[in-house]
Amino acid sequence: MYPARFDYDSPTSLAEAIAILDRSGGEAKVLAGGQSLIPMLKLRFASPERVVDINNIPGLDYHRLDPDGTLRIGALCRHEDLEFSTIVADSHPTLAAAAALVADPIVRTRGTFVGSVCHADPQGDWAATMIALGGKIVAQGPNGRREIDMKDFVLGPFVTALAYNEIAVEAVLPPATGTPRGDYLKLERRVGDFATASVAVALDMVDGKVHRAGCALAGVGGRTIDANEAISVLNGTALTPQDIEAAADAVAAVAEPRTDHRGSADYKRHIVKTFVIRILTRLANAEQKAA
Amino acid sequence: MTSLYEEIPPAPPADVPTRRITVTVNGQQRTVEVEPRLLLAHLLRQGLQLTGTHTGCDTTSWGACTVLLDGRPAKSCTVLAVQADGHDVQTVEGMATASELHPIQEGFKQEHGLQCGFCTPGMMLAAKALLERNPNPTEDDVRWALSGNLCRCTGYQNIVKAVLWAAEKMRTQ
Repeated sequence: MYPARFDYDSPTSLAEAIAILDRSGGEAKVLAGGQSLIPMLKLRFASPERVVDINNIPGLDYHRLDPDGTLRIGALCRHEDLEFSTIVADSHPTLAAAAALVADPIVRTRGTFVGSVCHADPQGDWAATMIALGGKIVAQGPNGRREIDMKDFVLGPFVTALAYNEIAVEAVLPPATGTPRGDYLKLERRVGDFATASVAVALDMVDGKVHRAGCALAGVGGRTIDANEAISVLNGTALTPQDIEAAADAVAAVAEPRTDHRGSADYKRHIVKTFVIRILTRLANAEQKAA
Repeated sequence: MTSLYEEIPPAPPADVPTRRITVTVNGQQRTVEVEPRLLLAHLLRQGLQLTGTHTGCDTTSWGACTVLLDGRPAKSCTVLAVQADGHDVQTVEGMATASELHPIQEGFKQEHGLQCGFCTPGMMLAAKALLERNPNPTEDDVRWALSGNLCRCTGYQNIVKAVLWAAEKMRTQ
């Protein structure tokens, strides 16, 4: 398979890249890691007139913590940069857990966090972590930069709030208000398959109690399921088995699974509940050990 | 040579713009004119006649087309050839010297790490990237690092053994 013909640009600055997008009037696609875009070009699900490769723009491959603990992930930060990161495991453990489960190890060397979020696949792992952690996307266009909350960023499957002349230059994950704890579990038939079901949980713990709980699901609906409200039943609790059971029921209730070749709707909902219990029990044990 | 798996884009008409790129392939600088839509796998196989890089599924699943791009493994069917401009590519043809197999190749021979051999080049390059980062991997590390490469013959057992064999040999060399 090979893609339909396109014109190709490899600008060396963001300003130049944005000018090209602006001139293209919506007929151009931005290429970062390419691990979703190139397969889509090959299958001709996408046939843009122009591909704007941002890989030659310096200074976008970072991930770093601000002094207040905010994590900033540049547009060319690869999945494996987060997988092997020495800072993310402590600051945003939900991301660290998900990093090793995105696609497969070879895809992780090229695919990018921001690109994956912009691809807006309802099954995407990173979108779930962004929702659970309350992340934002920084978009840069001809008129400067703006921040878009993740919950407003994805408008539908493969559709985002980015304008045609904007580039998502950074993802921003807020700091934890307390001790950050989190995990990500994904059931997949084999490495690299779409999730049968996956669960992202992020907790901010203060004095052994949950200060803020975040949760999102992938694979169990036509979109990333925002389960933040469902899991907020944990706020103020000390993660007793009863609290955990109640939260798992609440989260499983907001899943929208459909029966398909990966399993029945009931099975997927059961997996969601099981994963929430497993994650929260693990985090409660870690919290007790630390106390 | 043609096969069922060869899908050669027709030569572009004269009015289709091409780009001149220079790629270091197995230590040798190669300058070629390519259409932007040409995939790295096709540049290697058809353009440079390096047919050791196999195109398997063509959908980023299998990993048979894995090469090392600036030392890191990449599925060459999911990289545009123009993206390799100015970069370093290693293929299976660059592993052995004229007189000696690479220890990983030797490991695959010693431990019978292949049956049909179609996935082998990708397996070996993914293994090479692993051993460069982690010279002393556990069996789990090897299985994890090769989880983006599929083999339909072996059940993986001997592939894992082959990589562990190579790791030990490379540590004692």
